[in-house]
Amino acid sequence: MSQDHTGRGRAGESETRELAHGAARNFTEIRETDAPGFSDALGTMSMMIDPVRPLHHRWSVEVVRALRPVAFVALLLVAWHVSTTFQRAPILPGPLAVAAGLIELGRRGLLLKYVVASLFRVTWGFLGAALVGIPIGLSIGWYRRAEQAFNPLIQILRPISPLAWIPIAILWFGVGDLTAIFLIFVASVLPLTVTAMNAVEIVPEVYVNVGRNFGLRRAQLVYSVLYPAVKPQLVIGLRITLGVAWMVVVAAEMIAVNSGLGFMIVDARNAGNRYDLVVAGMVMIGAIGLLLDIAIRSLERVPSISWGYSDD
Amino acid sequence: MTNVARTPVSTGPASHAKLTADGISMMFDRDGVSISVLDDISLTVDDGEFVCLLGPSGCGKSTILNVMAGFIAPTRGEVRIDGEAVTGPDPRRIFVFQERGVFPWLTVEGNVGFGLYNLAPAERQRRIAHYIALVGLQGFENAYPRDLSGGMKQRVEVARALAVNPDMLFLDEPFGALDSITRLIMRGELLRIWEAERKTIIFVTHDIDEAVQLADRVIVMSARPARIQRIVDIDIPHPRDISSRKYLGLRDGILEAIGLAHKV
Repeated sequence: MSQDHTGRGRAGESETRELAHGAARNFTEIRETDAPGFSDALGTMSMMIDPVRPLHHRWSVEVVRALRPVAFVALLLVAWHVSTTFQRAPILPGPLAVAAGLIELGRRGLLLKYVVASLFRVTWGFLGAALVGIPIGLSIGWYRRAEQAFNPLIQILRPISPLAWIPIAILWFGVGDLTAIFLIFVASVLPLTVTAMNAVEIVPEVYVNVGRNFGLRRAQLVYSVLYPAVKPQLVIGLRITLGVAWMVVVAAEMIAVNSGLGFMIVDARNAGNRYDLVVAGMVMIGAIGLLLDIAIRSLERVPSISWGYSDD
Repeated sequence: MTNVARTPVSTGPASHAKLTADGISMMFDRDGVSISVLDDISLTVDDGEFVCLLGPSGCGKSTILNVMAGFIAPTRGEVRIDGEAVTGPDPRRIFVFQERGVFPWLTVEGNVGFGLYNLAPAERQRRIAHYIALVGLQGFENAYPRDLSGGMKQRVEVARALAVNPDMLFLDEPFGALDSITRLIMRGELLRIWEAERKTIIFVTHDIDEAVQLADRVIVMSARPARIQRIVDIDIPHPRDISSRKYLGLRDGILEAIGLAHKV
């Protein structure tokens, strides 16, 4: 077969030879340096992987950038102070009154106690939801048929506000920590399940094929390929869900327990209209929410996770 | 010409057959219409041979490779490797995707060592170092793929494949996404590695020059449904002079087989 073809190729021999010679004459110089030149070029390209920092990334610029939000908050505080100083009817306590309220709560030992109580509930409810929701979501995403079975249930449960579970939670667990933890669990578990489910579905098939090719059994495949592949998406889901959990704990504490920041807000109003303490509670909730978000965002910079975000 | 595909093609000297494909056909169902992608493909590849599957884009040559590697079951026919029917992927034969197969969450070292999970740490480390050196990535052990160029990622995949010491490699247009200079360098590297390790290689490409530069034999495929149109022995020793008469003759012959004149 190939001989037949080679023979035919030789028919145009003289023409081909001319072409080849012409080409050789034109490119003599290049051909001499051929191989080393190219490998040098490759070496140089490799050296450049360390991204060059633009000049304007100097420390003074960094400081200004960090100060910008601080300055803006300070401005808002001043505006708040000025407007509450001149209000005719008491609409809102001023920032100084709120700060005094925070100090008062701190002195009475309530602030720390309530913050710890709220964080305790969020931690357990959220952790429980992650431990249940993520493996279930990964499995559902992995097995297509499971998704068909579970999806209607998920879509029915999802629009039910976690707060609608309060009466049932109290019926089951009474008034106490367990009820609040359960409510946080209910609020977090479905979003996390759905996040994990969707994350599995967008894992490129090539990664799974590589894992199978290297002889990984199912459990190994989940642990060494699927899980690392979905981690960036999971971290986003965790971040959003933690925000939700933190909102729900406040609501749960207003009704179902006798401690925590949510309880503090309701209690301050009921026990003598202490709106300075109400706003103090709100400020604490916001501040802790910010810290939680910063904590989770720090995960997004871990190299084994940060690859999943195209913008860097 | 297409008759060639009807019978398994025996190759030159009486060497040991590594892979035999016997009457592989593949139909896909699309909206109730079945589309034939592979039509009765039979082929024998010898131990240590470097074979290129050459065909136009979308002709189904990747599908053949996936069938041979055990990722897809054929509609009809059977692939045997070392006399055993292929029923799934196997670490003894590694599929090298375009650089897309590199895990972005692992470092170069982590990627190269990915298949070595059964080895003792010391041996694992030794193998990783050896294959990183073989593909020329020393100094990048702890780099993540996002910091590497396309060519370097491709090297990582090749090193990862070689590290488990497979006896076959399936390469699916491995250099297709690289710029032409890097592609030339990578071809040279692949040949160097092939000569050092003597794996059986089946290499899919749509690039005629690439096929003639690399392969012992070029299997020329027709457009869909893919059939074997012609098999060309490239009996030029490496390193090949790509301006030699023989090289150009073989290349022109393949161009002609595909139905293209050798002038643009």
